[in-house]
Amino acid sequence: MITIIDYGLGNIQAFVNVYKRLHIPVTVATSADQLAGASKLILPGVGAFDHAMQRLNASGMRQTLDDMVLGQGIPVLGICVGMQMLANSSDEGVLPGLGWIPGQVRNFHSVAESSELALPHMGWNDVLPAADSPLFQGQQESWLFYFLHSYFFECTKPAHIAATATYGASFSCSVASNNVYGVQFHPEKSHHCGVALLKNFAEL
Amino acid sequence: MLRPRIIPCLLIQDSGLVKTVRFKDPKYVGDPINAVKIFNEKEADELIVIDIDASAYDREPDYQKIAHLASECRMPLCYGGGVRTAEQAKRIIALGVEKVAISSAALANPALISEIAAEIGRQSVVVVLDHKQRLLGKTQEVWTHNGTRNTKRNVIDVALEMEKLGAGEIVINSIDNDGKMKGYNVALAAHLREVLTVPLTVLGGGGSLDDMHKVVAACGVVGVAAGSFFVFKGPYRAVLISYPTVQKKRDSIYSALQGRH
Repeated sequence: MITIIDYGLGNIQAFVNVYKRLHIPVTVATSADQLAGASKLILPGVGAFDHAMQRLNASGMRQTLDDMVLGQGIPVLGICVGMQMLANSSDEGVLPGLGWIPGQVRNFHSVAESSELALPHMGWNDVLPAADSPLFQGQQESWLFYFLHSYFFECTKPAHIAATATYGASFSCSVASNNVYGVQFHPEKSHHCGVALLKNFAEL
Repeated sequence: MLRPRIIPCLLIQDSGLVKTVRFKDPKYVGDPINAVKIFNEKEADELIVIDIDASAYDREPDYQKIAHLASECRMPLCYGGGVRTAEQAKRIIALGVEKVAISSAALANPALISEIAAEIGRQSVVVVLDHKQRLLGKTQEVWTHNGTRNTKRNVIDVALEMEKLGAGEIVINSIDNDGKMKGYNVALAAHLREVLTVPLTVLGGGGSLDDMHKVVAACGVVGVAAGSFFVFKGPYRAVLISYPTVQKKRDSIYSALQGRH
């Protein structure tokens, strides 16, 4: 069962719709009890980093999620701000992140090559997967995804970069470490490429 | 490469899809859900859906209809029409909409933009500025309530103010060019692209891929939106929903990016 973590942020329904069309069992959890039985977790997120961390910490699900992801090794996919929350911290806020993948979330304008660019980075951009990245398997002419963000995940360890995209500079738009995955773009709104990625996650 | 966004803009009135000319004479062109399904199949970059009666008649957004649209829409969706409070914007986002467009209410109460940005994140706040050339002048003035009230304010000043307050995207919509299919106000778009730091989307007048090419050639990576171009075909404006293929977008629109900078 794919379980979407609903702590009040992100487009929960869009994920449900994609998995329903794929005939993959999916459910939504709003409390720790409802997380039971999940074989995969999706952590969506939009808006400001601190706001998202506050909401998740106050959801009553935080401790259970830490146990499931770090203790039991259940695969989790963070989406957009949900991916940024996997990091240790963000330049956008003061609260600590989940720290499930070591890294720091930074603003594009803090990087010389992208300091003059329009923010948010909004629209469709090419994604270049790292070799053997499990989320990006299958026949695709090219991987094209919809982005909507002003901050990006800077991995402490380059080995955790699962894919890159370019906006001014190249940045890590997908991260992976053991059972923890993240994508900065919105697969739930990225047509056939997004469906392929969400299917790959379901089949891990 | 980040691509220019090619965006169908759908107008809704009495639950039907309509298309106007200079904001007048709405012509019924079909069912909105059916249109969304066609744009799903054609893999459109994004959709903008505006309920043109909601603000004009001070109506509350129709949440049930928005939820239905959002559940069908497989691409990023921007909804506008009748949004006057941060609470309404939050409710719309929770229905599965990516962006909320504010127009009349932003002009009446600019602080609202900051409130909404704090609630849903500025990346989801779109300010739509309907503009019209001033009589006997060159200034483009912002109009509200579906083009019925003149704020007498210069669109460039308003766009900058909205960006400062927390808008994550500015959409400019030319009332004079609406439905004419004779080209965009490229000069205004290029000027705004220079002065704004948030994404810009240009709407009003698009009648061909060449019109879109001209916007991208002058502005670089921006959103290019249109209504009539995606719903009418031929000189008699027969209703036929269409959207360019990936190849067509590449050859006819993205090609304008070459040779810039």
